[in-house]
Amino acid sequence: MGEGGEVLGRHRRLASAGATTVTERFQLTVNGVESAVEADPDTPLLYALRNDLALLGTRFGCGSGQCGACFVLIDGHAAPACDTPLWAASGKRVTTVEGLGHSGKLHPLQEAFLAEQAAQCGYCTSGVLISAAALLAKNPRPSETEVRAALDRNLCRCGSHNRMVRAVLRAAAEA
Amino acid sequence: MNTVADRLKRAGSLEKNPRLSQWLRLDPGGTLSIFSGKVEIGQGILTALAQIAAEELGVAPERIRMVAADTSLSPDEGVTSGSLSIQDSGTALRRACAHARGLLLERAAERLGAPVAGLKVDDGIVSAAGRSTSYWECAVPDLFDRDVDEQVSTRSQADYRVVGTSGARRDLPDKIAGRPRFIQDMVLPGMLHGRVVRPPHGFAGIASLDDSRAKAIPGVVAIVRDGGFIGVLAEREETAIAAQRALRAAASWKGVAPLPTDIVAWLKDNAVDERVISEKSDPVAKTREGRTIAASYAKPYISHASIGPSCALAVLDGGKLNVWSHSQGIFNLRRDLSMALDMPEEMIVVRHAEGAGCYGHNGADDAALDAALLARAAGSRPVRLQWMREDEFCWAPSGPAMALELNASLDADGNVVAWQHELWSNGHSSRPGRSDTPALLASWHLAQPHERPSAINMPLPAGAADRNALPLYDFPNQRVVNHYVREMPVRTSALRSLGAYANVFAIESFMGELAHAAGADPIEFRLRHLRDPRGRAVLEAAARRSNWSGWTPREGRGHGVGFAKYKNLGAYCAVIAEVEVGHEVRVHRLTIAVDVGLVVNPDGVRNQIEGGAIQSASWTLKEQLKLGERGVATLGWEDYPILTFSEVPAVEIDLLDRPDLPSVGAGEAAQGPTAGAIANAVENALGVRVRELPLTSERIIAAIERQ
Repeated sequence: MGEGGEVLGRHRRLASAGATTVTERFQLTVNGVESAVEADPDTPLLYALRNDLALLGTRFGCGSGQCGACFVLIDGHAAPACDTPLWAASGKRVTTVEGLGHSGKLHPLQEAFLAEQAAQCGYCTSGVLISAAALLAKNPRPSETEVRAALDRNLCRCGSHNRMVRAVLRAAAEA
Repeated sequence: MNTVADRLKRAGSLEKNPRLSQWLRLDPGGTLSIFSGKVEIGQGILTALAQIAAEELGVAPERIRMVAADTSLSPDEGVTSGSLSIQDSGTALRRACAHARGLLLERAAERLGAPVAGLKVDDGIVSAAGRSTSYWECAVPDLFDRDVDEQVSTRSQADYRVVGTSGARRDLPDKIAGRPRFIQDMVLPGMLHGRVVRPPHGFAGIASLDDSRAKAIPGVVAIVRDGGFIGVLAEREETAIAAQRALRAAASWKGVAPLPTDIVAWLKDNAVDERVISEKSDPVAKTREGRTIAASYAKPYISHASIGPSCALAVLDGGKLNVWSHSQGIFNLRRDLSMALDMPEEMIVVRHAEGAGCYGHNGADDAALDAALLARAAGSRPVRLQWMREDEFCWAPSGPAMALELNASLDADGNVVAWQHELWSNGHSSRPGRSDTPALLASWHLAQPHERPSAINMPLPAGAADRNALPLYDFPNQRVVNHYVREMPVRTSALRSLGAYANVFAIESFMGELAHAAGADPIEFRLRHLRDPRGRAVLEAAARRSNWSGWTPREGRGHGVGFAKYKNLGAYCAVIAEVEVGHEVRVHRLTIAVDVGLVVNPDGVRNQIEGGAIQSASWTLKEQLKLGERGVATLGWEDYPILTFSEVPAVEIDLLDRPDLPSVGAGEAAQGPTAGAIANAVENALGVRVRELPLTSERIIAAIERQ
C-alpha cells in the first residue's frame, strides 16, 4: 500500500530527534505594545502569545496552520501563530483577537457576532474574527461569496458557518 | 419521603438527587446559584437551564449563576449525552425551583402579613398591599435542606415569559471577546506543561525507548514512564512538544499490525452476537408480496475532529487529587480515575471546565488520566496536559463503522408488505463509569495494565448501534437484526446520534429506492406508510417550505428527503436536500422541519439543528478515518477534510411549535435525516444510487461503473 509509506514519512515528521537549545531575546509588538520574550528562535509565536504574554484568546488547533484557530494579524495579514516562528514575527506588527477592539470596546465584528449569536462552542471564533478583520480591512463591502472564500482557511466543526458569514456581512453593512 | 414506588416516580434527575439544596442556593448580593450536573459542551445548555430556573423562580435570568459541575458540589446527573439534558436536568430544576419559590413565598407571606395567594413576584421582589420584601430577605439557613416536593405546581405555560424566548448564550461574550474561558486557557500558578507519547498503532506496546536525548533538552523537568505510558513534563509548552517529538523518534513499538482494508467484510466476519430486535408478522399481508428489492449500505469510522484538542489540568494537594476536565460525565470520570490510579474516590475532585465542541465521547476523559499520571510525577506543581492534533485522530474514540443490509417486498399497489434490516457494528459506547475496569486510555498501557473494556450497546428503546434501526413507518411484516462485533480495529465509542446516523441513512435511502420502484413521489410514499401525526407534520412542513412539488428538474441537479424521530423517542425531523453533482457533490440548500415539543430557547434549537445538519453533511460528503498498515493513517486535517465555509449549504428551519408537549433534545435530531436526504438527492440528480458513505467522487464513479 502506497499510503503506508507516505504515512510513515508523516509519522517521522511528527517525530524529530534534533532539539535546539539556544534561547534568544525577541522584541515583539503585539496589539501595539512592545514586549520582550526569551525563547528558542523556532518557538511558534502561539506559545509566546499564550504563555509569555498571557494572551489566551489565540488557540492551538493543529500545529500546522491548517485549521485557523490560532490566526493572528501579522502586518495586517491573517497568519497561523502555530506555524510562525518567533524570529519571523519579531519586528512585525502582531494583532491578536484581544487587540481587535479599541479603548475597551469590542470590534464591530465582535458586536456583530454577538448580535447574530454566531457560535456554538466558540473555539474557532478568535481565528475566524481575525480572518474577517483582515478581509474587511482590504474589502469593506465584501459579497457573501467573498466572505466565505476569506474564511475558507478557518475550520468550524459545530456548523456555525452561516451565522458567522451573516455576522461578517452585518458588520460590513453597519460600518 | 414515601414508599419506594413513589420514589421511582421522581422526575428527571430528582430520582438520584432528591434534596432541594442540591439544586439551588440564594447568594448574598441578590443572585441565585443553580447547580446542574449537566455541562456546557458548546450546545448552549446552561443558557436554556438558566431560563427554566428563572421562569419558575420568577427572577430575571441575569440573577442566575450557573455553577460549573464539580464532584464536590453538584448533583450527579450522569453523562451530558443522548440529547437528554432538558429532560433530565430541566425537569428536575423546574420542580426544584417551583418548590423553592413556594417556600420563599410562605416566608414572604409571614413577613408581609398577607396570604400567599395575594403576593406578587417581580424579579425576586415579593409585594402585597404596598409592602414588599425579597427572596434574599426571606432566606433562612436550611430553608432548602429538604426533599424536593414535586406536588408543588409549576408555572403555567400560558404565563411563560422567559422560557420560549431566544435568550442570548451566557458563555458567548467571553468566547467572542477572546477572553480566557476554555479549559485550554486555564493557568495555575507554577504550572508545568505535559505531553504524552503514544504508539502509532491502536493497541501496540513499547519495545524499547532511549529517552536520553529528550531528557537532555533544557527545560525538560521529567520523562514519566510507567510501562507503555510515556509522558514528558517541561517548564515551557514548546519544550514539552520538542521532547514529545524526540521521544517519538526514539521509541520502537511491538504489535504494530495492519488494519482491515475492507471494513464491511471484516465486520461481517467478526460478528460474535446476533439479536433479532424487532419482529412483526402479518401472514395476510405477506400473501400480497410481489417484487422484492435488496440493497447494502456502509458507513466508515468517523472522527469527532473537534477543533480544539483534548486538555486537562491536575494537581496533587496533600494526597488529594484535583482534576479539571471537559468530560461529559465528571462523576463517572472520577470513578474510573479512582480505579486507574488506585486512589479512593473521596480523594479525587473533578471539576468541569468548558472545552472546544464536544460531539460525543472524545479524548477528554483520557486526557484527565494523562494529566493525573503526570501530576504524580510533578510533586505539588500543577500540570496542564494537551493532546496534539495527531493524538486526537489516532487515539480519541471514533464513531464506529457500520454495514447494513436491507430488503423489502412491495405489493402490486407499490406498498411495502415486508421489511428487513440487518446491521453489523462495533459497540457505540465505551464511556467511563460503566465497566469493571477503567475506560481510560492510559490505564491500558501501564506497567500493571488494566483490561480494556469493549465498546458496548445500550438496550432499546434508545439503543446504540441499533438506534433508529426500527423504522417509524408502518410495515405489516418486519424483522430487524443487530450483529455485534466486539473486536475493535480502532477504538470506538459514542459519536453524536450513535447508530441513528447510519440506520436512518440506510432506511431513508432504501425508502427512496422503494418509492422509485413503486413509481411514487418520495414524500407521498413516506406519508402513505406513516400514521404518526407529528411525523407527518414535519414531512409536510418541510415539503411546503422547500416547494417540493414545484421542483424543476435540471441537468446535474437533484432534491431528496430524509426523515426520522430521533431514537424513536425524541425530536421529529424532516430534511430536504438540494444538490448539484459535478466533479463532486455540492449541497446548495437544506430545508428542515423539526418538532422538539415545547421549545425552551428557539434560537438555541435552530443553532443545534443547523449545526447538526451541517456536521452531518460534512460526514456524508467527505469524512472517513483512514486505516493504514500502521494503524490510523489520519494524522492531520490534510487526511480528514471537512466542509469549508464555501461548501456549507444554506439552511432553512421550520420550528413547529408544540407548547403543550414535553421538551426533547435537539442536538442529534438532524444527523440521520440529513444523510438520507443528501443521498436521495444525489440519486435524483444522477439516476445512480450511491450506498457507501462518504459520497465522494470516487464512490460516485464506482457506482456509475457498476450500473
